[in-house]
Amino acid sequence: MLFEGARFVLLSLTALALTACSDQWNTPYTAQQVASNTLFSAFSAPPKHLDPVRSYSSNEWAINAQVLEPPLQYHYLKRPYTLEPLTLSQMPEVRYLNQQGEPVLVTDADFAYSEVVLKIKPGIQYQPHPAFVKDEQGDLRYATLSAKDLSGLKSPFDLKDQSSRELVAADYAYAIKRMAVRQNHSPILDSMNEHIVGLKAFSEQISELRSKADNHEFFDLRSYEIKGVKVVNDHELRIRLHGIYPQFMYWLSMNFFAPVPWEVMQFYAQPGLVDLNISFDTFPVGTGPYRLVENNPNRRMRLQKHPLYQEQYYPNDGLAENMPYSLLEDAGKRLPMIDEVVYTLEKESVPYWNKFLQGYYDASGLSSDSFDQAVQVSVNGDLDLTGEMKAKGIQMRSSVQPTIFYLAFNMLDEVVGGYDEKAQKLRQAISIAVNYEEFISIFMNERGLAAQGPIPPGIFGHVDGEAGVNPYVHDWHEGEARRKSLETARQLLAEAGYPEGRNQETGRPLQLNYDAVATGPDDRSRMDWMRKQFEQLGIELMIRSTDYNRFQDKVRKGDAQIFFWGWNADYPDPENFLFLLYGPNSSVATNGAGINSSNYANPEFDRLFEQIRTMENTPERMAKLQEMLSIARQDAPWIWGLHPRSLSLYHSWYKNVWPNSLANNTIKYLAIDAQQRAQKQAQWNQPIVWPLWLTGIATLLLIIWAFWAYRQRQQQRVITGDNAS
Amino acid sequence: MMAYIARRLFYAIPILIGVNLITFVLFFMVNSPDDMARAQLGAKQTTPAMIETWKAERGYDKPLFFNNEAPGLVKFSDTLFVEESLKLFVFDFGRSDSGRDIGADFLERMWPSLQIALPTFAIGLITTITLALLIVLFRGTALDTSAMVIAVMIMSISGLFYIIAGQVLFSKILHWVPISGYESGWVGVKFVILPVLIGVFAGLGAGTRWYRSIFLEEINRDYVRTARAKGLSEIKVLFKHVLPNGMLPILTGVVVVIPSLFMGSLIMESFFGIPGLGSYTIDAINAQDFAIVKAMVFFGAVLYIIGLILTDISYTIFDPRVRLS
Repeated sequence: MLFEGARFVLLSLTALALTACSDQWNTPYTAQQVASNTLFSAFSAPPKHLDPVRSYSSNEWAINAQVLEPPLQYHYLKRPYTLEPLTLSQMPEVRYLNQQGEPVLVTDADFAYSEVVLKIKPGIQYQPHPAFVKDEQGDLRYATLSAKDLSGLKSPFDLKDQSSRELVAADYAYAIKRMAVRQNHSPILDSMNEHIVGLKAFSEQISELRSKADNHEFFDLRSYEIKGVKVVNDHELRIRLHGIYPQFMYWLSMNFFAPVPWEVMQFYAQPGLVDLNISFDTFPVGTGPYRLVENNPNRRMRLQKHPLYQEQYYPNDGLAENMPYSLLEDAGKRLPMIDEVVYTLEKESVPYWNKFLQGYYDASGLSSDSFDQAVQVSVNGDLDLTGEMKAKGIQMRSSVQPTIFYLAFNMLDEVVGGYDEKAQKLRQAISIAVNYEEFISIFMNERGLAAQGPIPPGIFGHVDGEAGVNPYVHDWHEGEARRKSLETARQLLAEAGYPEGRNQETGRPLQLNYDAVATGPDDRSRMDWMRKQFEQLGIELMIRSTDYNRFQDKVRKGDAQIFFWGWNADYPDPENFLFLLYGPNSSVATNGAGINSSNYANPEFDRLFEQIRTMENTPERMAKLQEMLSIARQDAPWIWGLHPRSLSLYHSWYKNVWPNSLANNTIKYLAIDAQQRAQKQAQWNQPIVWPLWLTGIATLLLIIWAFWAYRQRQQQRVITGDNAS
Repeated sequence: MMAYIARRLFYAIPILIGVNLITFVLFFMVNSPDDMARAQLGAKQTTPAMIETWKAERGYDKPLFFNNEAPGLVKFSDTLFVEESLKLFVFDFGRSDSGRDIGADFLERMWPSLQIALPTFAIGLITTITLALLIVLFRGTALDTSAMVIAVMIMSISGLFYIIAGQVLFSKILHWVPISGYESGWVGVKFVILPVLIGVFAGLGAGTRWYRSIFLEEINRDYVRTARAKGLSEIKVLFKHVLPNGMLPILTGVVVVIPSLFMGSLIMESFFGIPGLGSYTIDAINAQDFAIVKAMVFFGAVLYIIGLILTDISYTIFDPRVRLS
């Protein structure tokens, strides 16, 4: 026991001594890691699901978009966002068919289906994985792992052998079949059931079979077929859709449609692996540029370059006017350019930010805690880096997100709802009074853009400049949108029947309720600010703060009056925002299932929505969109709120950074100058040693003094000499 | 003694059932199974069919305490409470609501927690006891007064301040240790130093004051006077006589926390990126993951009961007059 203790101390001291011998004592990495072509990043919330059929959160997609490859991707640089083939040899061809499956024109009366033809590039290989390894008889070697094989297994890559195989069309069909199994919890199944021919019937049948099958056995989907999904050959897949659904192309760029090899599903179905938390949900396998070799969601995720990755090259086009030319310096280079990516869990912003400043993270977002240290805001609201950041060579990228945060009125409410002129004017008056420019300045450090409607910048239908201004809330003045005066708002309020915020008939003050999830200390100032906005019109705002569950429940049931909500784009199409205002999607009308939480229903708006949702991006579609926006602005079911602006900082050795809010598979385009990073880290992190010596000397002096004091005390006589005698 | 331990373990059963019952009632007062399903499935595109499937898979479609549709005694047994509670008593924690094996997660996260908690506990205990004895040695002097003022100051400042100040001073300014991170094995020692030092320092004030008062109570007893009369040095008096006799009240507060060291520290692990158990329960509450919450509350209760039994046993070691019967 004593020997063990001594061994521990000795080894600890040795480890410390070794650390002390290196240049940087505070480095969290080894010298080899720093010198290697590795990207160091962090994550703050562990991903819950990496199974492509299920994952739908940005922190999950940040990982599995590097591992999995759906048929399409967004061009890294082109704006507006443009789809391009990823595993396909060309963009999908769309054919129009009648009920009998014969080709027709989309304008023909008997047009019934669209058929999307996917032609897969030959030769694309999966990441090497034990699931593909075969024995001499051609059977899968690791399909039945023994207790000995499972002992000490932390990841599938701990197994000795790994192999690969070519991507085939059947793998995409298998992914769609998995989506149909209700027990796999695909968030888009109900939506896809409406579009893919035969999917709904297949889903009901296969989910029933799955519920009866043994959970511990591989449930092989290969022998089942979906009517509208046809594997023509190894490199061609056809998906038949009801009618026209142009947005389907965007879904084909998401991980829900990433290929799934059946061998991998058979491998992961082994109960022993499930008990070790090794599953397709924790170690997904795909054809992407990286494979996930380590997944400890509470500590670290590690991606390693796919050694057999398909031929993909850095783009040599798509550079817009405002983009730096340096973004094309690596044009034509083989992807991916980084060998390994290490994500470390950093729950707190303080250590994350300081490690970024020390050079131990290559890039960082910007929390409000560190905003003032990093960014200075000019008088006209422009953002620039501080001198300290510039001196370190840190650079900044910002982009407006395809997101909207809005304040919704419940259109079914007796006071704020309704469609007559008075109700419209009440909502318009409040829309003017709630000053989102001020909100962005106070609470978001100018990181946002006041919205003029539901469609964010960068999405077809959004119009910049005077033509895009909401004329009920803003005026165009000297080249910029200016919020109408409070006088205008008060006038509208009077016309709505509430002069000076009092009911014209009863004389009682207008009292409105704002439902919010405002439980933290930071929320208080926001709530106070909101109350003051309404007070400007003489309206008393009651804050009804609650937890998220109750809040959602109220909104679903239509019990909330005014509430704050938001939406992130799934894909860059106006339909993905306007369906939030489409009447049949009303939350109350659909018993809580609908996405239209303000329960807005305008027949003309709905009629136009049904037209634009299947249209191509043509001038005609644009005209109809503007008509819809005009209706919605006049009805004002939302206070249009804001579109957030993301800011990211990165070091000088980190190359090709360009924000792309819709693409997630962007790591393959990035590059690292590891030599420069190592130099900068060494320069910024030299240990300051003198306090160690000072502390040592002070401790020694204290011991000497204590010893002296003790001796003095020990030699002190209780009885003095005189008394003794 | 074995009979005593067996009896205490038997008494633990109703306590654990009670703890489990309270956990169920409190959790389901705040969260409904539908809310839990929405939290797990994501709020963006959750349909009623998805919610029903999710609940059925995990048994959340069953009544909590009383199944009106079942016959006879099955009315009580075919319920979520009985099914989930029974598994816990054989330490079958099952799967979290997000699908991970709780037992495997627990085993994996326990060691990093211990890597911080054990040295903090051991070094902290030794340091505070030594400091308290030294202060007692210089009792009534300026050193005693200064030490007590400093102890009160240390106690008055939030632990979070020490963490942030420690990270800024030792990592950001002096560049001595990594600001956060974790590695298993010997290479991970450099990540442990700062959290352990901060943990020890933050506990110095309260510990020193408490132990000092215990030792001061002992120092005026007859056996101490006898020891001094024999001519023993003050250091020998303190360490050989006062310390063993002062251990009994110290053990009351110390041994009971030993088992709970497994559970880690929420703030410390969060700020230092330690992949331990500290945040496991809080994260589960935030994610409305009832499977983890009930498992961790149950396990925490078991550890506390073990801690109390260990305290009783330790009394018999340090005080021969105490007999467990």
